[in-house]
Amino acid sequence: MIPRIYIPGDSGALALGAEKVAKAIAKELADRGVEAKIVRNGSRGAYFLEPMVEVATANGRVAYGPVKPSDVKSLFDSGFLTGGHHKRWLGAPDKIPFLARQTRLTFARCGVTNPLSLDHYKAHGGLKGLQNAVAMAPADIVSQVTESGLRGRGGAGFPTGIKWKTVLDTTADRKYIVCNADEGDSGTFADRMIMEGDPFVLIEGMAIAGIATGATKGFIYIRSEYPHAVAAMRKAVETARRNGVLGVSVMGSPNTFDMEVRVGAGAYVCGEETSLLDSLEGKRGQVRAKPPLPAHKGLFGKPTVINNVISLASVPVIMDKGAAFYKDFGMGRSRGTIPIQIAGNVKYPGLYEAAFGMTLGEIVDDIGGGTATGRPVKAVQVGGPLGAYFPRALFDTPFDYESFAAKDGLIGHAGIVVFDDTADMLKQARFAMEFCSIESCGKCTPCRIGSTRGVEVLDRLAQNIEPEKQIALVTDLCNTMKFGSLCALGGFTPYPVMSALNHFPDDFRPTPVAEAAE
Amino acid sequence: MTMQPASTEIASRTAAIVQELKGLEGPLLPILHSIQEEFGHVPQDALPVIAEALNISRAEVHGVVTFYHDYRRHPAGRHVLKLCQAEACQSMGSDAIAAKLKQLLGIGFHETTRDGSVTLEPVYCLGLCACSPSAMLDGEVIGRLDDEKLNEIVAEVRS
Repeated sequence: MIPRIYIPGDSGALALGAEKVAKAIAKELADRGVEAKIVRNGSRGAYFLEPMVEVATANGRVAYGPVKPSDVKSLFDSGFLTGGHHKRWLGAPDKIPFLARQTRLTFARCGVTNPLSLDHYKAHGGLKGLQNAVAMAPADIVSQVTESGLRGRGGAGFPTGIKWKTVLDTTADRKYIVCNADEGDSGTFADRMIMEGDPFVLIEGMAIAGIATGATKGFIYIRSEYPHAVAAMRKAVETARRNGVLGVSVMGSPNTFDMEVRVGAGAYVCGEETSLLDSLEGKRGQVRAKPPLPAHKGLFGKPTVINNVISLASVPVIMDKGAAFYKDFGMGRSRGTIPIQIAGNVKYPGLYEAAFGMTLGEIVDDIGGGTATGRPVKAVQVGGPLGAYFPRALFDTPFDYESFAAKDGLIGHAGIVVFDDTADMLKQARFAMEFCSIESCGKCTPCRIGSTRGVEVLDRLAQNIEPEKQIALVTDLCNTMKFGSLCALGGFTPYPVMSALNHFPDDFRPTPVAEAAE
Repeated sequence: MTMQPASTEIASRTAAIVQELKGLEGPLLPILHSIQEEFGHVPQDALPVIAEALNISRAEVHGVVTFYHDYRRHPAGRHVLKLCQAEACQSMGSDAIAAKLKQLLGIGFHETTRDGSVTLEPVYCLGLCACSPSAMLDGEVIGRLDDEKLNEIVAEVRS
């Protein structure tokens, strides 16, 4: 058997030097005249171990990491092709504590398989969900998704099945499935990872959505900051089309479904579903007023399912193993698993898929291991640039939609950014306003003007000009933005601002400059 | 400096791109991406050609080009360096990294060095938040930026 060496092609791993490692390994193989197959897999998500190289041995996979190009010679000397011991030796990857403790449903294959091999995908349980779906009536597929309790993983948490049912029940000559892969929130990379590491699962999820709702055409709108994900998805779509997973007869059934990959153009607001639709139509990415809902009048005015990448990528496992299986994980009204992304100033950053219900403290301290700098954790921002900053005092909050909402926060796309005690929360609040002003689509006044005024007010506060007045003003402004904005950009910018102000009041009352005695 | 193509040449190359892509549903963004790839920016002379072919007004095309951060109105430097300035990178000191880089290159954000070697831009998240601070140089991703990596980047863009 020719040995197989897995070296991630995931862009996070590439950013840490995976390409140089791959070249060094290929060269070493050539120099030693050893035959081996190099597979560029996705990442398993333990980024503190990337680039993590794995070798398939008779006793299963053995991982080494983080591997530097300078380690390669000694790896070969240590017999790593047969799992030999080395200072970078990690053992079986699924026994690494960070990975062993996870519940991988959506990300089951990510980092394990060759992302661009449909055969690999099928060998690891792929296409079973779609196979089941083509044999079912659309309404039954929709009710299974509804029954699973799956809610929108993009942040809004709207029940996926209900959205699908609305589209199914709307008659039209043409319907669309749109995948929102405009993952602009800082601290999130789950969409990127799955598109680079297991693109077929997203294709399968979209095809199921198409069959369930009567839609025949899909679009994946990927942000331009993700060139590797764009390339992987394009190749996977071609392969799926060539193999009859997409096309006029999906898996040999009478259902037609095909899709196109589209690339965004650097506008954060296009992650908002209605501006994404306008952008796909070739317009400025401006938010639409609702109603009409996209499910009634969406892309080109036709009924449209618009779902986040992870929502759609979670559908195949539900259709394969059943609604009850999926629903069994989680707590309260948050069912199933959620890929939590632990990022920023943290010792063990990465993607951690788990059932809903872990506390924030467990995630940050136990799994994340505290800060990378070794200083105390001051704040964590959950849910991207529009998510609240939580202090340690709220670390007992369970990770689910309702618990976070009850504490004036949101889980959003489940990204967590950790800050140590050097963070200045007034500066973070100012950034939230500044970001909103840069990215506002300009359609509604509270967002467009409010964010600019917000920056000015916070600047005056930083200069200690009538601080109490500025705090009253920013509070009032946040109230206007929250209730008066058309979409979540202006509507949620108050979350980081007000949470910073409420939980870290000391940072908002700069020490008065000592005045000279008269 | 590279020679700019004449306006007639821009028009003919643009017309070819539009012809190829106008059958897509919602073709404007793919057309603009393709034009930017062809010319390195979206030249003013391309806009009327697109407007005419898609039967929309020049103002509409202009509105779209100027709405999105990605479309350039002028050519960039030979290298484009995007430095992430979003929260995850902030938590790992991206402000200091930005200050240092600006000093090393002698330019600010949205500027190009006088020798045309590099354009520096802020970017709000590259999805590399588990290896912050991060950057992208001509499409190549770089994580855990430190002084050593900054010096390597500067050496590469100057060479």
